[in-house]
Amino acid sequence: MIANLPFIAVALLIGIALATILLKKNMIKMVMGLAMLEGAVNLFLVTLGYRENGIAPIFTNAPEGADMVLPTVQALTLTNIVIGVATTALMLVLVMVIYKKYGTVNADKMRRLKE
Amino acid sequence: MTIGLIVKTTGRLLVPFIFIFGFYIVAHGHLTPGGGFQGGAVIATGVALILVCYHYRECMEKFIPVSSFKLVESAGLILFICTALAGLVVASGFLFNWLNATGGLFGNAVAYGINPGDLYTAGIIPVLNFAIGIEVFGALSAVLMFMFAGLKETTSEEDDAELPIENIHKGKKGGRK
Amino acid sequence: MNVLLDNLPALLIAVPLFCAFLLPIIGRFVPKIRDAWIICASFAASLVAVITAFTVYTKGTIVYVFGAAAGSPAAPIDSGGIPFRIIFTIDGFGAFMLLSAAIVSFAVVLYLVSSQKERTGRSEFYALYLLLTAGIFGMVSTGDMFNFFVFLEINSLAGAALVSYHRRGGLAAEGALKYLIVNTVGGLMVLFSIGLLYAQYNSLNMAVIASQISLSTLNIIALVLFIAALAMKAGSVPFHFATPDAYSVAPSGITAVMIVASQAGLYGLFRVLFTLYGDAFNTVTLGWVIIVLGVLSMVIGVTMAIPQKDVKRLLAYHAVSQTGYMLLGVGVALAVLGDPVAMTSYGQTAMEGGLFHIINHAMYKGLLFLAVGAVIYRTGVWSLNKMGGLGHNMKWTMIFFLIGALAIAGIPPFNGFASKLMIYESVFAFNPALSIIAMVVSILTLASFMKVFHSMFMGPQLPEYAEVKEVPKLMIAGMVILTIFVIGFGLFPDLVVNNLVAPAADALINNSAYITAVLGGGL
Repeated sequence: MIANLPFIAVALLIGIALATILLKKNMIKMVMGLAMLEGAVNLFLVTLGYRENGIAPIFTNAPEGADMVLPTVQALTLTNIVIGVATTALMLVLVMVIYKKYGTVNADKMRRLKE
Repeated sequence: MTIGLIVKTTGRLLVPFIFIFGFYIVAHGHLTPGGGFQGGAVIATGVALILVCYHYRECMEKFIPVSSFKLVESAGLILFICTALAGLVVASGFLFNWLNATGGLFGNAVAYGINPGDLYTAGIIPVLNFAIGIEVFGALSAVLMFMFAGLKETTSEEDDAELPIENIHKGKKGGRK
Repeated sequence: MNVLLDNLPALLIAVPLFCAFLLPIIGRFVPKIRDAWIICASFAASLVAVITAFTVYTKGTIVYVFGAAAGSPAAPIDSGGIPFRIIFTIDGFGAFMLLSAAIVSFAVVLYLVSSQKERTGRSEFYALYLLLTAGIFGMVSTGDMFNFFVFLEINSLAGAALVSYHRRGGLAAEGALKYLIVNTVGGLMVLFSIGLLYAQYNSLNMAVIASQISLSTLNIIALVLFIAALAMKAGSVPFHFATPDAYSVAPSGITAVMIVASQAGLYGLFRVLFTLYGDAFNTVTLGWVIIVLGVLSMVIGVTMAIPQKDVKRLLAYHAVSQTGYMLLGVGVALAVLGDPVAMTSYGQTAMEGGLFHIINHAMYKGLLFLAVGAVIYRTGVWSLNKMGGLGHNMKWTMIFFLIGALAIAGIPPFNGFASKLMIYESVFAFNPALSIIAMVVSILTLASFMKVFHSMFMGPQLPEYAEVKEVPKLMIAGMVILTIFVIGFGLFPDLVVNNLVAPAADALINNSAYITAVLGGGL
């Protein structure tokens, strides 16, 4: 049960993040929900690499006969964080441009692209 | 309200330490946790501190134009792709580690067992770390400066006048938006 | 020269990236050579892609290992036989997508150089364009799951930034924001599935996962997430919300390249279904799911396109509808994958029809968007109500639009007819009702385009368009390149199908060839 706790946290975070993206009308809160979704997927990836009684995967610091946690998933998580920074920056700049043109960040009030 | 004198002085004192700490993270990327992106982001935090403490339009725009950060970013990117293509020319493999264990720049061999780690090892990996660190620093600083340029400034009288006193005490929703 | 030929797959992404990184410096210090630089860079990148594709067609699957000397295997000698290096695996299907991406991206560059001449910020625009090209080339060549995810995200970021380039009073920012949110959620779903697969099989290499995969609950969850996310990227129903908004506010040349990018999403979907999951599951239900998605896309796309007044939004809904044709063809092939008799009689033709439609759609939809963009460039209006009688002034544009409209409706001798005929024949042998629906959709497409053509180009010349001239020569050159392929593929479909499409279909149907090429002999 204790070992499954991070996965339960991931499921909760994904649920809250999807609810935020779908239900909130303020666009900044939608962007925040997307950042939370990224954090949930990063937590999932890092948890996958955990091994019982493992040490940090540093080559010049490894005693004989010790298990290391998986380093590949940590590289995946770092890359995802970099992608997340770029995506969040671009989304926030687009929200700023919309605010300057329409004066509001409410998604219902500023829909100009209709059917 | 404007930023006070204490914040400005503390910011000025802290910024060199932030830069050095970020440079340390970039330089030791192949030995300890860290590397290019993390160190570059820490250096950009120093620039963010300067942006917050000092008035953007009066200080930053005049002395450090945004285009210099974009040039820094391009320099980092060109260093990265030239190092990668040099592997193609020297040893016929794209991104091949052509400096590893050759005795040249960053060319010592890595010792086995537990040791403090030699900074002069691991071939092109520290070179790529530096390139990415420079690039991330330039790019994130440029993003921050562009976002600050889009802010609308309010003067000090407008700030204080927007908040009627009776609304604060009664907790009504007519206060500052 | 030998060094270059050995390392062609590395040059696929190195050449566009190198030219993109130099563009801001060139734009700042020597702005006169910027146009020449971008044309040469795009030509070099497309040349590398075409040479790589032809090397694959003549010599077989290329497996290129990054970070090692030339000719190293994917599994280093001291690793105990586990391939952990990052590889590019280009087989017949990858080479096919490379060809279509190379042709469209070069033709669009010729168009963009002259249509963006009066705009500012051109260095970053062209740099983002080269990044998008590198992303598309990398996405269809890679043999590593996480590398695929990284190129997917590069595509969505560069695409969203390019969509929002012209302001148009805030509309472009709204379209780009919707596109970016939808694609980021899709990308995160793909990453979740990659994490699930890595945790079970301890490898990110597509061939290693394909050789060990079985159908457990976790793998079914991963498959469902993959299909949902990659269908979201390709713009099929029920995830088509972002496509019309983003395509209608983007600059016209950029829309043509974004169609290629969304077809790269289709590439990912087929790669996951056929190569990664292979014959580990019962394909009939899954084939029917893809067929239902395809039929829904066709019908909903065309019915929402008919009442549109904004001409680029109309073209975007037609793009959704044509994606349905590709999904229908490949879905039929997937449904009969386990049945050898049906496969040889009509399954192979269905797969080849669906794949042939991918490259045809890129050509004629690109041509249509460029022609409509030329009209908007000269007149400045987007709405069909205000246009009229432009055939008197813009003769070349009218001819190109007519060729594109006939091709999309499936009229011989253009290329749309060849691929649609293959899809009709094979789908009729599978289930006649689907074929009837496809033909009705094709008739509705023809009706919609006749309406658009009549209201844009026919009729008396309106007084406010009296001084509208033809577009500059470079824009016409870009459209001519696409027209050559539209007419050429339509006149010689046998040559194209036997030499270009059949290797792609074979590469997808037999995934053991893929696994053998990477892991070296035996599953």
